[in-house]
Amino acid sequence: MKIAVCVKQVPDATAAKRIDPSTKRLDRSGEGALNAADANAVEEALRLKEGAGDGEVVILSLGPEKALDSLRKALAMGADRAVLVADDAAAGSDLVATSYALAQALERESADLILFGQQAADSDGAVLWAAVAERLRRPLISQAAELTVEDGSVTGKRQTEFGYDVIHATLPAVVAVADSINTPRYPSLKGIMGAKRKPQEVLSLADAGVEAARVGVEGSRTEVLALNDPPGRGDTRTIEDDGSAAEQIVAFLAEKRLL
Amino acid sequence: MSTLVFLEHHGNELQKGSLGVLSKAAQLGVGDVAAVLVGSGVEPLASEAGKFGAATVYVADDPRLDAPLPQPRVDALARLVEQHGFENVLFAQSILSADVAAGLAARLEAGLNWQLLDVVAQDGAIVGKQSALGDSVVVDVGWRSTPRLALFRSGAFDPVAHGGAGTVETFEVEFAEHSLAAEMLEQAHEESTGPSIEDADVIVAGGRGLGEPEKFGLLEELAKALGGAVAATRAVVDAGWYPYATQVGQTGKTVSPTLYVACGISGAIQHKVGMQASKVIVAINKDANAPIFEYADLGVVGDLHQIVPKLTELVRQRKS
Ligand SMILES: Cc1cc2nc3c(=O)[nH]c(=O)nc-3n(C[C@H](O)[C@H](O)[C@H](O)COP(=O)(O)OP(=O)(O)OC[C@H]3O[C@@H](n4cnc5c(N)ncnc54)[C@H](O)[C@@H]3O)c2cc1C
Ligand SMILES: Nc1ncnc2c1ncn2[C@@H]1O[C@H](COP(=O)(O)O)[C@@H](O)[C@H]1O
Repeated sequence: MKIAVCVKQVPDATAAKRIDPSTKRLDRSGEGALNAADANAVEEALRLKEGAGDGEVVILSLGPEKALDSLRKALAMGADRAVLVADDAAAGSDLVATSYALAQALERESADLILFGQQAADSDGAVLWAAVAERLRRPLISQAAELTVEDGSVTGKRQTEFGYDVIHATLPAVVAVADSINTPRYPSLKGIMGAKRKPQEVLSLADAGVEAARVGVEGSRTEVLALNDPPGRGDTRTIEDDGSAAEQIVAFLAEKRLL
Repeated sequence: MSTLVFLEHHGNELQKGSLGVLSKAAQLGVGDVAAVLVGSGVEPLASEAGKFGAATVYVADDPRLDAPLPQPRVDALARLVEQHGFENVLFAQSILSADVAAGLAARLEAGLNWQLLDVVAQDGAIVGKQSALGDSVVVDVGWRSTPRLALFRSGAFDPVAHGGAGTVETFEVEFAEHSLAAEMLEQAHEESTGPSIEDADVIVAGGRGLGEPEKFGLLEELAKALGGAVAATRAVVDAGWYPYATQVGQTGKTVSPTLYVACGISGAIQHKVGMQASKVIVAINKDANAPIFEYADLGVVGDLHQIVPKLTELVRQRKS
């Protein structure tokens, strides 16, 4: 079984995220990291491959060239190879443009199962998979908290506003997993060393069969018009526990007349 | 400008969120407002939508639309939009409608903006107010073509009944092969038993930072001392650590206690929308970069396993 996992590099959680006022786009100049929820998708792919005893796990991403660092983390976890579609012309792609580019790149792979994480930390969209599934004309299961693959089909359990659904689809299919589905493994030292030698393809838009006019700002159907002031943070305060945190919480609750 | 609002229903009830979006669309007062309702045996619900401002309610009643799966709904909406040329298609964010909206965006090559808190009419178009970067900034977002697709955050608008009556019009859907390829085997058994957290004045909530299900015991002790109830995040409910009935957030309960103590919870926006109305929020998290510290009244960077038992003890002492 061939499994493709779509992952994104997002700004490192320790860096303050900001929108560049000149481009009105997220400032991606700082340190990047593998989107945390995508590590769950990588982990699930590895488990499915291990369970089946054979198969291939391909990591796929659309992003700047430096995103390769984050794809290498997925390789260090155990994925077999990585494909990055990197082209300046794709910067600023919205949902329509990103889903088109990814679908084109995925067509080249014809994977049996395409996995997504639950959301990108820098977009909070939790939507991309549905657009990709539509372009590939494949069945979709989203927010899967449990997943089983057998006899050429996939079954997922997922939470909605009303309880739990169990959804079934025949492969090839698109599945987005919830972050509750597993605990991602830490890459071993051996894994990290080995990752460097695993195949890592960087594709231009043309290589991936993507029309440049359909991606980037040009190919996008949405735009950011203006940045407003951040909403007021109110009166928040944060303390480090120096052993007296419990006392400080009690004092705070007393001050608020909650005790 | 003509606007179509997607109505989500569960059982025999139209969802409050989508009626809120419909009311908002009607209030904007910038052209015709219609609604679409799809499912099996749903026609009796359609007239209800007229009260909230839909001049026309389009209904597709088909057994293949019975299960709340997104892909057949993309077929239904694509057909309506192509036939009637709606310029705006609006959704209340939910598990189902997010997938419908994104699938429709790809089908129609239409722009989709999400996490919208509000929308205004401007220069013959609409502009969305989007909460971005984990609520740290609100941006004005637009669309570069029509139809304009939008997902509004849960609770963005309250339903307002105007008392009008809409015309109900039925339509047929042609399904794409892939749209019917996923199948619902079991559906959302209603939440079973579990304590009610919605009326609690104090809530002690736990997330994955607890490390293991047994550690909910620590929170139960603290909740008992404070006279409150215990709640949980989706991550731990999904994992079977605590009942679904106690989940707070977008797909769980919305609560507004006087005090909300979040332990080992990162504070993702989908959790936040369910508890941000709490009067006082205290958060204990060992990661100083956790988003919850952005909106906790008192944030404590530290290990909950150290802090919570001590806190319980101190609260008990004080109360006795
Ligand atoms: C469409 C959709 C709907 C969703 N609906 C909901 C919903 O209704 N409710 C909901 O909660 N989520 C929901 N989510 C999921 C949400 O995005 C997060 O994934 C989830 O809330 C994370 O749960 P968590 O905080 O328990 O886990 P994590 O994000 O893993 O956070 C655990 C935290 O514990 C901290 N920690 C670890 N050890 C300790 C320790 N010893 N002491 C103190 N702190 C510690 C860590 O630093 C971390 O910040 C939804 C997601 C999507 C995409
Ligand atoms: N640029 C990208 N390249 C590859 N996969 C992506 C990209 N952006 C998002 N994804 C995937 O889509 C999921 C949902 O993203 P989003 O809808 O933006 O929240 C992520 O968890 C990733 O699995």
